[in-house]
Amino acid sequence: MASETIALAAAHDVPQPIGTILHDWVTTVDHKKLGILYILYALIFLVIGGIEATIMRIQLIIPHNDFVSPQVFNRMFTMHGTTMIFFVAMPILFGFANYLIPLMIGARDMAFPRLNAWSFWLTAFGGMLLYFSFIGGNGLYGAGTAPDVGWFAYAPLTATAFSIGHSTDFWTLGLLVSGFGSIGTAINILATIVCLRCPGMTLGKMPLLVWLNLVMAAMVLLAISPLTAAQMMLSLDRFLGAHFFDTLAGGSAVMWMHFFWIFGHPEVYVLVIPAFAFASEIIPVFSRKPIFGYPVMVAATICIGFVGFSVWAHHMFTVGMNSYANSFFTITTMAIGVPTGIKIFNWIGTMWGGKIVFKTPMLFCIAFLFQFLIAGLTGIMLSAAPFDWQLGNSYFVVAHFHYVIVGGILFTLFGAFYYWFPKMSGRMYNETLGKLHFWLFLIGFHLTFDFMHVPGLLGMPRRIYTYEPGRGWDIWNLICTIGVFFQIAGTAVFVGNLLWSYFKGKAAGNDPWDAWTLEWSTSSPPVEYNFARIPIVKSRRPLWDIKHPEDPDWKYE
Amino acid sequence: MSTIPSAPTSMEQPWVLPSRGRVGMFSLIAAELAIFSIFVVAYLFYIGKSLTGPLPKDVLELPIFASVCLLSSSLTIHAAVSALRKGKVGAFSMWWFATMVLGLIFLGETAREWYHLIFEKGLTISTNLFGTTYYSLVGLHAFHVTVGLICISIAMILTLRGKVKQEHGERAEVFSLYWHFVDGVWIVVFTVVYVIGR
Repeated sequence: MASETIALAAAHDVPQPIGTILHDWVTTVDHKKLGILYILYALIFLVIGGIEATIMRIQLIIPHNDFVSPQVFNRMFTMHGTTMIFFVAMPILFGFANYLIPLMIGARDMAFPRLNAWSFWLTAFGGMLLYFSFIGGNGLYGAGTAPDVGWFAYAPLTATAFSIGHSTDFWTLGLLVSGFGSIGTAINILATIVCLRCPGMTLGKMPLLVWLNLVMAAMVLLAISPLTAAQMMLSLDRFLGAHFFDTLAGGSAVMWMHFFWIFGHPEVYVLVIPAFAFASEIIPVFSRKPIFGYPVMVAATICIGFVGFSVWAHHMFTVGMNSYANSFFTITTMAIGVPTGIKIFNWIGTMWGGKIVFKTPMLFCIAFLFQFLIAGLTGIMLSAAPFDWQLGNSYFVVAHFHYVIVGGILFTLFGAFYYWFPKMSGRMYNETLGKLHFWLFLIGFHLTFDFMHVPGLLGMPRRIYTYEPGRGWDIWNLICTIGVFFQIAGTAVFVGNLLWSYFKGKAAGNDPWDAWTLEWSTSSPPVEYNFARIPIVKSRRPLWDIKHPEDPDWKYE
Repeated sequence: MSTIPSAPTSMEQPWVLPSRGRVGMFSLIAAELAIFSIFVVAYLFYIGKSLTGPLPKDVLELPIFASVCLLSSSLTIHAAVSALRKGKVGAFSMWWFATMVLGLIFLGETAREWYHLIFEKGLTISTNLFGTTYYSLVGLHAFHVTVGLICISIAMILTLRGKVKQEHGERAEVFSLYWHFVDGVWIVVFTVVYVIGR
């Protein structure tokens, strides 16, 4: 299986006209190309969502600032949240899943290649539909441009009486369309993992990344669908005059909250489980040890998958529920910290006594461990309903979930970029620039989000476009905004590094990290058919077995 | 590392994994179940909360005939699939056609019921909460029946043109899973709308 490729591959070296290349990419059903399309598409939206965040932070840098109007500020936080969750985090994770899963399980493609292309283009057009609102949101009413109802779009803000024009229509249709794409991808991932594993790869021998993505895909099926249903209801309300969330006709605004958060909280785990997956692949390789507690990691993930569906109403403590609901959701939310904690111990157990190599991917994963721990601790604080009554909807909450999404998910994503970039491009990235990116982003992240907890504790609510001086919030907001510029600098170094390395980087070879999973046994970048011969595996680390025939893993597993 | 020696090339036991069609269809059904659950929850939550009439007990009649037709179509599609599995294309096309007819009768009955409700009883999706939840839940189900009928019709046309053979048995079976699911959901919709909600 090693590096043999069929002679056909040589034909790709002949330069082709740009039209042919473009046609190739647009009509492709190859999981690797679709994975890269997902990732590039998400990176573009990452920059757009980042610009929106920057506009908000500049507006809040000093009290009584008038950098943007209140209306524009509302649009910015709505579009920032919606973009980052639906058009950055989801597609980027789907992109990695698409690219890596067939390679890691020794398959030649996903189970349904055309469904794969269909899902990607639905997601892509969903994003375009959302952003078309900047132009088309005015509609015939001449009111509103981009959506401004917040990313969770509570009723009755979304009712036709309060959201005039078509901005909310673009929001709901954009998410509906991309939601169908997500369901398609989830079906594909599930079928691929269940049906296309190479001979010998029993469930217990799958790489952890594959296991975690299996759980993620199952969660997508059950979490995105309620959102899809809720968006259908909202569309019926807006287009056909139905009354699902119309309180004047006896409808319930709180029901939208339930339906949204039944999606919204499992979504957090949908995003963070692939992040766990990256950490579970990168940490062992750079600690030069197999993962510690593989079965427990799998069990903990499945446990998160189940408990994750019973915690949603902790987003609604401040709405006013009865004491039984409050107690139930407090207990389940605290309980979900247990499997998550088990995972953190296992990663530390993997590093313990290992020969740690501090390359860029590993640095990002180590930072992830610390930051995700803190994010989890503030999560436990907020899970207590009385504490949440005090701090719900404050900047403390904003700081908490950015700690999860940036400090947890984005950091491992950056790690994953550096780790698999040599495989995807065939070139090595620049290590110095990678470390520069890490430190700039680390400093920026902590400046922004550590200090964001404080104005929250001091009572600053989220989503306000400006504030009075002298409430003790000024200095913290200033520091938060300064941190943003470090993050921008770090991201610029990252993009520059990727571009430079893609054209000028050293050739990476098949296996630059001396790693153990199957994707490193193919060429970099892998040929279209992935494996000339379908590999047969006997343990969780098939490449270790091949490199060390005298001491293979399968003797001990 | 081009020096990696070759991997083992044979296995002691045969390596058999589930069919991707079935797994894919079961996954789709799981997602669909979640969508239907949300609509069912909304329906149950809004029972008796309409501020104005008409109310379910005034206008709804049990669609017994339509239900019998739809549920028996599960039997006919099963007969069709097992006929195709055995290579009896003639029997397959007969049972498949019966399934199509039964599905069409169900849709026709739904259309008749809706015509009655809209033009004679004055109930639309915007009349009250009952109208909102009724048309969306029953409509979502009818939409799934319609999609199923489109697929059945395509397969019917292919059968008449002589393109369907024994090797397509698995595909027909995967589709029949969807059809059974749509029928199963009807039992839930029937219970919720016509029994509990009335």
